[in-house]
Amino acid sequence: MYRYDEFDHKLVAERVEQLRRQVKRRMSGELTEDQFKPLRLMNGLYMQLHAYMLRVNVPYGSLSSAQMRKFAHVARRYDKGFGHFTTRQNIQYNWIKLEETPDLLAELAEVEVTAIQSSGNCVRNITSDHYAGRAKDELEDPRVYCELLRQYSVLNPEFSYLPRKFKIAVTGSPHDRAAVALHDIGLRMHLNEAGQVGFEVLVGGGQGRTPFLAHTIREWLEPEHLLSYVEAILRVYNIHGRRDNIHKARIKIIVNQMGIDRYRELVEADFERIRGSALKIPQAELDRINAYFAPPEYEELEDISGELAALRAADERFDRWVGANVAAHKVPGYSIVNLSLKAPGRAPGDMTADAMDAVADLADRYSMGEIRVNHRQNLSFVDVRQCELHTLWQKLEGLELATPNINRLSDVVCCPGLDFCSLANSRSIPVAQDLSRHFIDVDKLALVGDFTINISGCMNACGHHHVGNIGILGVDKRGKEFFQLTLGGSSDEGASLGDRLGRALPQEDVPLAVEAIVAAYLDIREEGERFLDTYRRVGIEPFKEAVYGPSVVRAVA
Amino acid sequence: MALVRGNAVVEDPFTNLAGREDIPSSGAIIVDLEQWRANRDALAGRADPVGIRLRSDQPPELIAAELGFLDMVALEFPAFKDGRAYSYARLLRDQYGYTGEIRAVGDVLLEQLHFMERTGFDAFELDSDDPLRDLQIARSEFDVWYQPSADGRMTAIELRHQRGG
Repeated sequence: MYRYDEFDHKLVAERVEQLRRQVKRRMSGELTEDQFKPLRLMNGLYMQLHAYMLRVNVPYGSLSSAQMRKFAHVARRYDKGFGHFTTRQNIQYNWIKLEETPDLLAELAEVEVTAIQSSGNCVRNITSDHYAGRAKDELEDPRVYCELLRQYSVLNPEFSYLPRKFKIAVTGSPHDRAAVALHDIGLRMHLNEAGQVGFEVLVGGGQGRTPFLAHTIREWLEPEHLLSYVEAILRVYNIHGRRDNIHKARIKIIVNQMGIDRYRELVEADFERIRGSALKIPQAELDRINAYFAPPEYEELEDISGELAALRAADERFDRWVGANVAAHKVPGYSIVNLSLKAPGRAPGDMTADAMDAVADLADRYSMGEIRVNHRQNLSFVDVRQCELHTLWQKLEGLELATPNINRLSDVVCCPGLDFCSLANSRSIPVAQDLSRHFIDVDKLALVGDFTINISGCMNACGHHHVGNIGILGVDKRGKEFFQLTLGGSSDEGASLGDRLGRALPQEDVPLAVEAIVAAYLDIREEGERFLDTYRRVGIEPFKEAVYGPSVVRAVA
Repeated sequence: MALVRGNAVVEDPFTNLAGREDIPSSGAIIVDLEQWRANRDALAGRADPVGIRLRSDQPPELIAAELGFLDMVALEFPAFKDGRAYSYARLLRDQYGYTGEIRAVGDVLLEQLHFMERTGFDAFELDSDDPLRDLQIARSEFDVWYQPSADGRMTAIELRHQRGG
């Protein structure tokens, strides 16, 4: 993992002291709330329904066990004993006091974690593949470039007052686990004809009330020019992005209004001007950062697939867990283990301080002290010896972190909703809880296979409902909460936005509707088809029929 | 309202002609883009200093060819949230090589001074009880810079690899 040097440490310490002064100025009335708001937002502080919410960056989803323990400490000392992992690989605390925030951030700085620009109209935490550095299909570790982008964007003097927030994601694998097509800038590593690694640059993707998939602005970019190209994109956006209407201020709007060709022309012209500037990444800096991400010292392990197969055959529950929650590692004898934060009835992504400490201990014991956070609100251990899978599974079972449902029906992604958020117009968490209680049959989860459900409590789409295989959007109809379903969304390679299924349903009918969709899928799927494949083959009609058709016994809203 | 330049509060030598029809025959003046265009030849030939004030929707490319005649460019922040002028200042310095005064006007607060200096501003119309204290705070808060900008400060990357070259 990256470690701060003297420069990084100094800047973060200076930033904490700056906020301390700003908080003092706010408390004394020297700053109005209007003037203070963008300052606190750029330090991750939102005013929510009941208290301040603090969003803390998990840089590109990688955490050390020491950082996780600090999160637990913060949850106990400054919050009500829990935190919430988000769809952008961050953690949020919901019960924060403004006057305690500088001390809190100073404590986080000790373990090289910040809340800098976790909110505000600036470049946010850079996100990435949670299997980065370990995935079998990866070209290069994307975190090296994430770190360069992190430093480039922190306190960037020119781009701290953009028209709107700005999100960048990087993937080094052809199988996209970072949802690059749904970001303001998406970066996808691939080889050019000469066999060199470079980036496909995508621009203008995003969700919210006007979802767009990103356009390719450049097919292949030399990695050394990454910062120059990103700067050119940001500059064109800063100058041309709309500032007259907050709902039209994201880069996706201006890219689609102007047209990608015109936007590209402007970016390429500025890029040509600055590509030789100090933004060009020196090889020495690439090497320096690369060294931090060098693979750990792996042992040469014997292949134990035979032994593992025997253990799986002997214990059905272990078998289910391995099948759903364990992923392939690029080094023989090792596996990636996903920890489900979606046990039945639980609020997705929530974690108690005690559970955080326990996970930190397990990471030290079983996974070289590292933890990953992914955009589906689960955690991963990325360096687990296969010979220890069974022991680890038992320990995770004891912590209720071993529900075998990764990317399955009950692995529901959900925003905080009206239980916490001042923007929401519905309670999304109870819907997620209903679903995870409804689909508890692990055999059924395995039978149905890959399936993503995403719930957002309002059209701002923090639960990424547009890209759920089933998306669920909370809407307010004359003071009552209803839920609108969409089908066929996906954030992976070949991303797609979901299509509206039909009229919105009351909360109690949502699990029944999902059940009906699943039943229809099982009925019509062909050999080897995931739900998404079937949906793309047959379209929406059979599912409409299943939920709203005349044969449906229970009348829905 | 105080005009801060360098390390001092200074008297503003310019008279802002906003909203005036007539142009006085002598003295330093600030005009807007419309006034500049309407009186371009007279203003370009004027002996006394001329500055121009651009709105945040008027990028510097509109005056790129005229910069040789302009002693000062004032860039407006209609609200502190409108960050276009940071890019304009950088383009003036880096793309057009402008070396005259770039002045921040409008909603200018202590909290932005650091970013303004970094992007090429060197004068500020500050609404503050103690503008020099503000400037001193803004300048003292950081001494690590990750990005190259118009101020030419050494970045962390440059400093890290200085010895090795």
